[in-house]
Amino acid sequence: MKKFQETAVILSQEQIGEDIYSLWIQTKEIAKEAVPGQFISVYCRDASRMLPRPISICELDKEQGRLRMVYRVAGAGTAEFAGYKAGEELKVMGPLGNGFPLKAKKALLIGGGIGVPPMLELAKQLPGEKTLVMGYRSETYLEPELAAAAPLYIATEDGSKGTSGNVLDAIRANGLTAEVLYACGPTPMLRALKAYAEERGMEAWISLEERMACGIGACLACVCRSKDVDEHTHVKNKRICKEGPVFNAQEVEL
Amino acid sequence: MKLNVNLAGVELKNPVMTASGTFGSGMEYSDFLDLSSLGAVVTKGVSNVPWSGNPTPRIAEVTGGMLNAIGLQNPGMDVFCERDLPFLKQYNTKVIVNVCGKTTEDYLAVVERLADEPADLLEINISCPNVKEGGIAFGQNPKSAEAITAAVKKVAKQPVIMKLSPNVTDITEMARAVEAGGADVISLINTLTGMKFDIHRRTFAIANQTAGLSGPAIKPVAVRMVYQTVRAVKVPVIGMGGIRTAEDAVEFLMAGATAVSVGTANFEDPCATLKVIQGIEEYMERHGFQDAAEIRLAE
Repeated sequence: MKKFQETAVILSQEQIGEDIYSLWIQTKEIAKEAVPGQFISVYCRDASRMLPRPISICELDKEQGRLRMVYRVAGAGTAEFAGYKAGEELKVMGPLGNGFPLKAKKALLIGGGIGVPPMLELAKQLPGEKTLVMGYRSETYLEPELAAAAPLYIATEDGSKGTSGNVLDAIRANGLTAEVLYACGPTPMLRALKAYAEERGMEAWISLEERMACGIGACLACVCRSKDVDEHTHVKNKRICKEGPVFNAQEVEL
Repeated sequence: MKLNVNLAGVELKNPVMTASGTFGSGMEYSDFLDLSSLGAVVTKGVSNVPWSGNPTPRIAEVTGGMLNAIGLQNPGMDVFCERDLPFLKQYNTKVIVNVCGKTTEDYLAVVERLADEPADLLEINISCPNVKEGGIAFGQNPKSAEAITAAVKKVAKQPVIMKLSPNVTDITEMARAVEAGGADVISLINTLTGMKFDIHRRTFAIANQTAGLSGPAIKPVAVRMVYQTVRAVKVPVIGMGGIRTAEDAVEFLMAGATAVSVGTANFEDPCATLKVIQGIEEYMERHGFQDAAEIRLAE
């Protein structure tokens, strides 16, 4: 898939949760080409921060060429992004990586923490019956948009909303079933879901995260352990930015 | 205007190449730029057998640069010769193969395998700080550095570049050692050994604990070492370390480097090399230079 280096224009920036920000940008080509589960590289203006930040795609408006990224302020780079205002420019590259395969099967879409955002565009594009299960520490975000896209179940660690516990607790408590799982979130959650899917012989697609430098498959920083030898190095290291970030759960070892 | 430079009999169309490990074998970057624009592509390190590299996290950003401990993950010389070299030969650029190993025998196996392959130059990596055995062990002791250079030169069919580590007390001693061993060209600097802690998770930022520092933060150290090396040896020197712009590259050329490599900046902008080439031309125009060699300061 073609990748574009663009100077996008910020359409809006809004804080939608504790340290969680939503940014809509106007792109030339990226939004038109992107699919759910892909990510973009976002560059800082401060030249002392050289590396792009990989940010997942939350929503796409393909007609208008607009893209929404919902991100958490995790350090100085994302803190810089949080200060940007509508009308300002933003250097981006994308779309990067491989998205979720869109299957016309009964699906569970599972997001945890900052793994929630990519599930929104996926929910909008999946053709079959689908249910969303989102896990948060306490405060929820993106709840109205998610609920509008598909039936939504929530788990919170502190029990302040929905099922008390994690996403698997919510799946069990509500007796949710599916033929295919799509998930993005912290590694312990993905590990549990991979095991859950394997026990039940379910198809599962998971989106992984790792620190990246180039974002295009050259630096070999963002590898994960894979079951089979990888195409690049012929060892068992798949590149999250290139062969991922979405993998069939059976392909990878967590 | 003459931008081409000569490295041990190999003519490069311009003095700008990629730094090993930051450009793969060019394939990923060919989506963004015409590799034929480059003076040379320097490949990621190639070993005799596939190497899996280090555990993750392998990188961390720091102010003005980054730390990496990839651990020379690579597919080994067979896949490299069957897949990556033919890919690179489609382009009108010189191919410099970076060679890594754990023992002298490892290095020699790769150098011998490359003898009949379309590689224009070999760059011997005796300076990677991120692999426990070999690599840096040859790069911090002048006697070992001279011995490995001599051993490689005995079997190499291509001119040999020895890539030096900055993690030494006296860079000129290392440079003279590899020159005595028969090096045709010297390249420097590899990364500076560093460390970073993740104070929130209260652990090392990088799984390998120590890692190589690269990026603009190391440029003044690199310029100084290139300057010293150029004056200590007769062979041509390739300068690198934190080059992000043409102005950075010009500093290395002023210090006496014959050519320069762009490394970490490729991660920031896949077209960084092109901008450096264009900027060098503009600099030469502004100063009325006809030949890239004129950029060098006389003293």
